Amino acid sequence: MNALRADAVLRLRSNRGAMLALYLVLAVVVCTLVGPWLNPNRGETLDISHVATQPGLEGAHWFGTDRLGRDLFVRTLEGTRLSLAVGLLAGAVSMLIGIGYGAIAGYFGGRTDAVMMRIVEMMSGLPLIFFVIFLTVIFGRNEYLLFLSIGAVGWLTMARIVRGQTLSLRRREFIEAAIVSGAGAGRIIRTHVIPNAIGPVIVYATLTVPEIIMFESFISFLGLGIQEPRASLGTLIAAGATEMEAAPWMLLVPGGILAVLLLCLNIVGDGLRDALDPRAPV
Amino acid sequence: MLRYFLTRLAGAVPTLFFIVTITFFLVRAAPGGPFDQERTLPPEIMANLQDAYGLDQPVFTQYARYLGALLHGDFGPSFRYQDFSVSELIGQGFPVTLELGSLALLLALGLGIPLGVVAALRRNRAADYAAISLAVIGIAFPTFVVLPFLGLVFGIHLHWLPVAGWEPGSPSHLVLPVIALALQPLSVIARLVRASVIEVLRSQFIRTALAKGLPPHVIILRHALRPALLPVAGFLAPAVASVMTGSLIVESIAGLPGIGRYLVQGALNRDYTLVMGMVVVYSALLIGMGLAVDLLYAWLDPRVRLAP
Amino acid sequence: MTNLLCIDALSVRFAQGGATVAAVEQVSLDVARGECVGIVGESGSGKTQTFLAAMGLLASNAAAEGSVIFDGEELVAAGRARLNRLRGARLAMIFQDPMSALTPHLTIGTQMAEVLVQHAGASWAEARARSASMLTRVGVAEPARRLRQYPHELSGGLRQRVMIGMSLMCGPELVIADEPTTALDVTVQAQIIELLRALREELGMALVLISHDLAVVAGLADRIVVMYAGRIVERAPARQIFQIPRHPYTAELLKCVPSVWGPRRERLPTLAGQPPRPGESPAGCAFAPRCPRAAERCFRERPLLGGGAHPIAAHAAACHFPLPP
Repeated sequence: MNALRADAVLRLRSNRGAMLALYLVLAVVVCTLVGPWLNPNRGETLDISHVATQPGLEGAHWFGTDRLGRDLFVRTLEGTRLSLAVGLLAGAVSMLIGIGYGAIAGYFGGRTDAVMMRIVEMMSGLPLIFFVIFLTVIFGRNEYLLFLSIGAVGWLTMARIVRGQTLSLRRREFIEAAIVSGAGAGRIIRTHVIPNAIGPVIVYATLTVPEIIMFESFISFLGLGIQEPRASLGTLIAAGATEMEAAPWMLLVPGGILAVLLLCLNIVGDGLRDALDPRAPV
Repeated sequence: MLRYFLTRLAGAVPTLFFIVTITFFLVRAAPGGPFDQERTLPPEIMANLQDAYGLDQPVFTQYARYLGALLHGDFGPSFRYQDFSVSELIGQGFPVTLELGSLALLLALGLGIPLGVVAALRRNRAADYAAISLAVIGIAFPTFVVLPFLGLVFGIHLHWLPVAGWEPGSPSHLVLPVIALALQPLSVIARLVRASVIEVLRSQFIRTALAKGLPPHVIILRHALRPALLPVAGFLAPAVASVMTGSLIVESIAGLPGIGRYLVQGALNRDYTLVMGMVVVYSALLIGMGLAVDLLYAWLDPRVRLAP
Repeated sequence: MTNLLCIDALSVRFAQGGATVAAVEQVSLDVARGECVGIVGESGSGKTQTFLAAMGLLASNAAAEGSVIFDGEELVAAGRARLNRLRGARLAMIFQDPMSALTPHLTIGTQMAEVLVQHAGASWAEARARSASMLTRVGVAEPARRLRQYPHELSGGLRQRVMIGMSLMCGPELVIADEPTTALDVTVQAQIIELLRALREELGMALVLISHDLAVVAGLADRIVVMYAGRIVERAPARQIFQIPRHPYTAELLKCVPSVWGPRRERLPTLAGQPPRPGESPAGCAFAPRCPRAAERCFRERPLLGGGAHPIAAHAAACHFPLPP
């Protein structure tokens, strides 16, 4: 199996587009971490002498300022960092839930599987946003709720993928051997099923992150997610949308960063998929 | 065919029922909600609620009343907009959203399918690049970025189209929202059709059609198109879901008085009855779409239709 | 009288992952009007690709070189419009698997009638009526009902009859049948062969019958052409191929055909080894590694059909040491 991995890494390396996208994403990440240190301003300080200014060198407001005088360079980078963090964290959570759910459903099969998958089916039909809105109405605007609902975004498809893999693996001989030798279900799932199903899981995890970032921006934009004064790409774009007549850069900069992140992460995900499964038709 | 439809319908009803029931019980259980005994509410609302829900009666009687009311299309009074019942609000907003959504879907299909077909036929030419660019836009630029951007370009700088607002009977207000809403499904449909047509054209039966001396347009339209559209039919339900989700944003940004905007406002205002009602309506819509798609599948592929 | 179909030095090459692979090499053969020619060979021998090239049906990564002349018109590299005038109307092809060769979502009636509508300018009503009578002719009962059905509702044998009928709608002068019986049961095979024979008698069209099965070809062909690794290795009038095969490959093929009469054998004879894969072009004779008569010369020098004589005799083999007559 390690030979398979090395092979895949090689294939990925030779995919120029995916590598470029990967570097871009890493560059953005580095910027969000390092950038704010390079600028003397802080994200929350209100610089009343520079309200809604254009990007420029004055007062080190490289991306300009918003209506309250807050420096946009720092704010945008901090917002991007938050969106990325949410994306990765929530992605990890949804991945774990999905893997566990799918492995259990696939391993036990039969009735358990049918019921579990029916639930997945029903949930997939409904757009997540309604679920979020529903919860928001009931429990109020709550940032922990945000994580919960975002975690709900990715796990459905992950569960399906892992279940499919588990089902096909279950019939393979080494699983039967493990069962016969008395290994418990949990152990089998952990040591045999999961490592073998890992390929598509990685691909899907990479593709889930942009989906989650998009979703977070979406609900923050609507006012249901991250709240002011904290910045995320969603809130920044929302603010930018209202100001776009006077200050178009407030929309274009965060919008552009979001676009770059979404596009690059998708390209990397596709590249990973090609690298791990070269038989897939082009 | 009829039996097929009825079986699918029978499967859908429990789902809707499940959603309605969950909605009911969750709202009852919500902390800080209208049914929370500790909250003090203005007397008019209390009176309304007592009236509508019979709060002094046991839970299951309330449930039965709720179901009964639902069947009559009565979702109760709005929590915030005290003068209006939820049904009235839905009645006002639904046509707007319907118009917005259907136009967007029609645009996505009407442009996406031909684009996909042309891109499949002429590889590496203008249509192919257009399809790829659309795909990129669809992935990288979500609706809530596109719509303000379009407004910026076409509304503010070029003054061609109004940026926001709504006037019944004035199509120009719908142009930008419809385009922004259609963009994402359009890009997916174009890509799907392109891949699907390429795949279908490799089939044996296309070779037979060629051997019969049929011209390309006949082969595409009569032989290749229907099987190529199967994946699109599969995408329709998610496409409707995507359009619904997008309409929330589009209506909010562009100030269109559709149910999407009410839903968002309802969420921000914690207007329970409104949100409950909306969720049920949207779910019913989605399930209905699912059924419609199944029927479409059956029409596209006769093998499904004639199976017992 | 000129021949209906003249294939001259036809080669078909595929571009596969940077390399070029030849599926057909320098094949020349003729088909006279009304004649039935059987093309025999293993899979990969190039027999199907030769005629796909003639019909202009090659895959997009394949290219044909050489000449294919149908009744005076050059087919190789002919434009689509010109090909479409001939295909389906004067020149038709029947494919191997009728289930995948028929369009699943169109009725039988539509698929048959459209040939007439396209080439003869008939109205749909007329075309359907003619399709019904064609169905009767090819032995399909209840034609009116069948016309309204979809391909998956018919049995394999019926589908092949439909394909045959569909190819004959415009009364073509040449029909190419690519493994018409391979996907069918043995009993149905016999029926289809019989149908083809009857149709030939009635309509007098020329028939090219491609098969890997000598038995199938035996009943119908006037002349037989044997192909191996993309080249013709022997050609002769049918009876002579069976009675006095000259190329060792043909002889081995004949030995492989189990016979109801004749001595009962313990093991069915098979040909050892594999044909060369497309792309492997050995220097000498492609069959040499498997040939019981191979000598050193065979590995060095490629034998020409008929020893390179010009014109090639009616019975010729591409072998340095052909079997004695």
